[in-house]
Amino acid sequence: MTAWFAREWPWYVAGPLIGLFVPALLIVGNKTFGISSNLRHLCSAIAPGRVEFFRYDWKRTGVWNLLFLAGVLIGGFIASHAVMVHPVAISAETKAALVRLGIHDFSGMAPREVFSWRALLTLRGFISVVVGGFLVGFGTAYAGGCTSGHALSGLANFELPSLIAVLGFFAGGLAATYLILPFLLGGI
Amino acid sequence: MTRPTAFEIEDIESDRVVGHRDLLVVYLLLGIAFGVVLARSEVVSWFRIQEMFRFQSFRMYGIIGSAIATAAASVALIKRAKLKAISGEIIAIPRKELGSGIRYAAGGTIFGLGWALTGACPGPLFALIGDGVSVMIAVVLSAVVGTWVYGWLRPRLPH
Repeated sequence: MTAWFAREWPWYVAGPLIGLFVPALLIVGNKTFGISSNLRHLCSAIAPGRVEFFRYDWKRTGVWNLLFLAGVLIGGFIASHAVMVHPVAISAETKAALVRLGIHDFSGMAPREVFSWRALLTLRGFISVVVGGFLVGFGTAYAGGCTSGHALSGLANFELPSLIAVLGFFAGGLAATYLILPFLLGGI
Repeated sequence: MTRPTAFEIEDIESDRVVGHRDLLVVYLLLGIAFGVVLARSEVVSWFRIQEMFRFQSFRMYGIIGSAIATAAASVALIKRAKLKAISGEIIAIPRKELGSGIRYAAGGTIFGLGWALTGACPGPLFALIGDGVSVMIAVVLSAVVGTWVYGWLRPRLPH
């Protein structure tokens, strides 16, 4: 495989490619691009209980999206196993800030000190993985979409609800970065 | 043209069933392509997300901005051309209901907290599992629980 595949793709290549998945899914089957619906489909398939939100025909509405999601997993595998992947070349300031917070392993896609099975037993690992995951699931379901459903599909269609949601994404992300992570990574 | 025989009609219908299955394969292939793009553009990286929330690189903003611009231009063209989907449906994008707007502001902020903590939104979570960051399976399980709890509390939450 050639060198361009191993290096990180420049933003002006990656961005438009990502954007093209919105029209691609519309053209193939009139499907609205949105990943987090799959979390709802999974609930509906595994344990709908008596919750009305999960009592619908997930096979009819969700199979295409669950297949797309399975593809994303396979794609992640192909991308990382086809070539020798370099460490993520983040800016020097970010690296310095993270070192100050106690992050030292920059070799993977996420810091192994926090994101590993062993780190799950530490407070910072548990909160990042378990609490963070819960907030992702709860928040996307409440907002009715995530980065793909709101920031991409929604904003591309000039939806006001999506703009509100995206502003919320950033408000929450900034709050976690500046108010939670310094204590979570550094203090505990 | 003569009227199609029963045999021909059956043929067309069986074609349609095959067509539907073919489309399911297309979704899988599109997903694979999306996973590759997410991974190689490094938007799946916790480090890139931190760089973005600390405003220390243009990269993520360039990616998200140009992705939205490309998607918006394509959607506008599709609407203008009144295209039909390959599946035969007329392409129509359902509009989201604003309501009080609380669900978007509150839900969005809650997701944002989780986005910065995990360093991944739902698409990248799955690409990362494929990438070999297996602890992301625990993030996904927690996210499924979070979605379930939302569904359970939904009648009592402001929307």
